[in-house]
Amino acid sequence: MSRRRSCVAGAATLLGAGLSLSGCFTERQNEGARIYATHCANCHGAQGEGLQRLIPPLARADYLTKNRANLACLLRKGLQGPLVVNGVEFNQVMPAADSHLTDSQLTNLLNFVQTSWGNQGEVFTISEVSAQLEGCGVVPDSR
Amino acid sequence: MTFSFLRRTLGVSLLTLGSALLLPACTTDTTATAEAERLPFIGEREIRPRADGGPADTLYATIPAFRLTNQDGQVITNDTFAGKVYITDFFFATCPSICPKMQSELLRVYTQFKGDPRVLLLSHTIDPAHDSIPVLRDYAQRLGIQDASRWHFATASHDSIFALARAYMTAAQVDKQVPGGYAHSGAFALVDPQRRIRGVYDGMNPLEVQRLLDELPLLLQEVEQEQKAAR
Repeated sequence: MSRRRSCVAGAATLLGAGLSLSGCFTERQNEGARIYATHCANCHGAQGEGLQRLIPPLARADYLTKNRANLACLLRKGLQGPLVVNGVEFNQVMPAADSHLTDSQLTNLLNFVQTSWGNQGEVFTISEVSAQLEGCGVVPDSR
Repeated sequence: MTFSFLRRTLGVSLLTLGSALLLPACTTDTTATAEAERLPFIGEREIRPRADGGPADTLYATIPAFRLTNQDGQVITNDTFAGKVYITDFFFATCPSICPKMQSELLRVYTQFKGDPRVLLLSHTIDPAHDSIPVLRDYAQRLGIQDASRWHFATASHDSIFALARAYMTAAQVDKQVPGGYAHSGAFALVDPQRRIRGVYDGMNPLEVQRLLDELPLLLQEVEQEQKAAR
């Protein structure tokens, strides 16, 4: 039942995001892309392009390689205050990730960003993400 | 998922609403020759019977008088937009949800009409407690807007802003449950020199914004004809 529901919901997303039908059959496929579209794209842009000097880009962002060890915590806890990306200073509030996002979902999201729009960052394993999160005081995820 | 679905449904219903409003404008307006080219009047209208028994006058909803302060600290009122066509939205600087997308779409409108002084933009902050004039100036400059007289980022008292949001057909309210603390729609309103709303567009939907870009020249044409006739 829940699988059918997720398929229906997937079909709804399909209309908006133009994802392939296979999303219906393999639930986890493109999860990173879907989470990005629902949680991140409004600010960082559909192509990770950011917005002028207001929202930093993710596409080819040096920040991602320089701060690889902190990215899971950045997603989970959000960020406030100035930061520099590709030589440009930004100063906006990044909200903390939806508390419903599991470690594995964060991993898929990070890996989507690491491998999209020309990014060739080193991908993450779930245990690596969990370890990063524990390192910044996030209670381990039991799911 | 449900959210994007909802937004889509909303977009469609807005479109339907738009065309539904357009239809009566086409059928009741008997004067203009290019009827289909004329944008509808959005909002409530009042039919005022004439004493001499002639055809009743229709009064369209207009934007009330307002007094705001923009990112340069200058007072702006309805007069600031006299003879102009302008587009409004409601945002706040720390908005984590829809604002960046909405403002990037409005930036698209700005860029396209940058060279046309007849078109102005007006963004209202719905978080005046946080969005001081320096915050608004910083926001505008980070967005790449150096000339405040073309795109105003404006503030006023909380009550004034929320009353204006209603007038411009934007749903905005304090909601502690949503990220950022305010729930609001990403509607753009297109306003004519007579303070009447001539179009409402979902600023989160690039297709709706394209409709705005397509309809804006029609309104400019109408304004030009009226100004010519008045001379």
